Amino acid sequence: MTTNPIIDHLAGDFYTQNFAKTAGEGNLILNLGPQHPSTHGVLRVVVELDGEYIMRAEPVLGYLHRMHEKMAEVKTAAQFIPNMGRVDYGHALGWNWAFVGAAEKVGGIEVPERAEYIRVITCELNRIASHLLWWGAYLLDLGAFTPIMYAFDDREKILDILQIPTGSRLTYSYFRIGGVAQDLNAECIRLIQEFIPWFRARLPMYKDLVSDNIILRKRIENIGVIEQETCRRFGATGPVARGSGINYDVRRAVPYSVYPKLDFEVPTSDLKCARGRYDVRMIEMEQSLRIIEQALEMMPEGEILIKGAPKPSWKVPKGEGYFAVEGARGKIGAYVVSDGGKNIYRTKLRAPGFCNLSLFAEVSKGTILADAVAILGSLDLIIPEIDR
Amino acid sequence: MIKEALNTMSDLWSLMVGLRVTKDYFLEPQVTVRYPWVEVNNIASFKGHLELVSAKAPGKPKCISCGMCALACPSNCLTVVKRKAPKPTPEEEQALAEAKAKGEKPKDKTPKDPEKFLYDYTLCSLCGTCMENCPVGALSFTGSPYLAGYSRDDFHFDLVQVLKNQAGLEGMDASVAPEAGKSEA
Repeated sequence: MTTNPIIDHLAGDFYTQNFAKTAGEGNLILNLGPQHPSTHGVLRVVVELDGEYIMRAEPVLGYLHRMHEKMAEVKTAAQFIPNMGRVDYGHALGWNWAFVGAAEKVGGIEVPERAEYIRVITCELNRIASHLLWWGAYLLDLGAFTPIMYAFDDREKILDILQIPTGSRLTYSYFRIGGVAQDLNAECIRLIQEFIPWFRARLPMYKDLVSDNIILRKRIENIGVIEQETCRRFGATGPVARGSGINYDVRRAVPYSVYPKLDFEVPTSDLKCARGRYDVRMIEMEQSLRIIEQALEMMPEGEILIKGAPKPSWKVPKGEGYFAVEGARGKIGAYVVSDGGKNIYRTKLRAPGFCNLSLFAEVSKGTILADAVAILGSLDLIIPEIDR
Repeated sequence: MIKEALNTMSDLWSLMVGLRVTKDYFLEPQVTVRYPWVEVNNIASFKGHLELVSAKAPGKPKCISCGMCALACPSNCLTVVKRKAPKPTPEEEQALAEAKAKGEKPKDKTPKDPEKFLYDYTLCSLCGTCMENCPVGALSFTGSPYLAGYSRDDFHFDLVQVLKNQAGLEGMDASVAPEAGKSEA
């Protein structure tokens, strides 16, 4: 660290200077990540480099903090639902579900069975879309440009399907307290039924095109090994934990909605490296297809919203409740505390990405800078969700 | 040694397999829609900005200015301006006084449709809460996602005016700047 007063301001802001205090002699401090006020995912990781090797790394958060939890305190429960689509643009419906589920739990509201199936179908479709987005963006990070074109071709089909009931393509505000906003119409169901076999046929193509590719295998195999113990210590969930061999899926561990009735497997991988997390996500897409297929068959006719569904002026009864769903990135939780007033007293949102990113400081120690990018990508980070 | 050579061969083969996929898709027709020249055909279900549903008479909204939508909106982007009661004529005033003397409740003759329905599209998150809470179903989403403007004021609408323009009653500009709105009142 420099001590020259004239160029002192070039030594960086508080984080960098504080980080540099304990840096080794002659080591380079580098700020990694897209960090510009106008970028959509602002992640900043301060790393200490000795040549190509990372000595220490520290993620700096807060650039995309939008006070969602505070906004929950100044809006009524139903008015807060549009916010949930904006927390995580990748898997918006998972967040919709977490908050709506928590509010229903506190309010003691039963959801009609058809609505539960619709929630499962749309949520799983959204999960596939999220994994495709990750897949394309991850390979883009690793330097392969074309895969994202294939991924977005498929993702576009899912967005077309989800557009019919939700009316939007990315930031869905579809679930309501007590059901969903619109029914799946015949056209939508036809599109989903067409999509399932089509996408199933695409998966082997993905394997041929990328998964088996020797360049990718050399890039991600045995990179970023995360021990189970580390996962548990940081509270990592989702594909990150399952990629290390922890068989934890909220859909199975704390069953909610109609998931107990559906037959699907929770893929895990014992590789523990970036490859393991990659494999888990690829198999998860297949399992999601299975879930959608079964849910479409089992979906009964009936109401999609309970009679007398809560209006925006609805007051959440006094009490507290926690509801967790399995998102594309891990366990999404919403904790709602209500004092019976107009607005919810306090809402706590548990973002899986926050815990998953915390791992990075430990895992990246001693790796090459280029591998750090491969590790960061394999954690599937959506920055708006981490900052909330 | 032989194993190593075999591994190298299979590694090389994986690249070939990938190239075969690339070849297959290279020969397929383009899936990209070249937007300004070709439009996608599924925008009907896409939520565009809000509009008022017209009643039987064209240009007259179904809205009863109850203000439920403005109350329900999470981002306060709606303002409903109610009509003022029309100034009573001398005869009406007399009748009103007589009715009052008899103890009858005077009938409210104020038209129910709003004078102005101000809508700030810059704040709207298209959640549909207003639509769901409208007791008469007077709001709907337009299926036009192609709205664009040169300034922020282009997104401040008076939906009553928009509806009138659609019906061809008045050839006025649809968007009203806040200052212009005040001077009109």
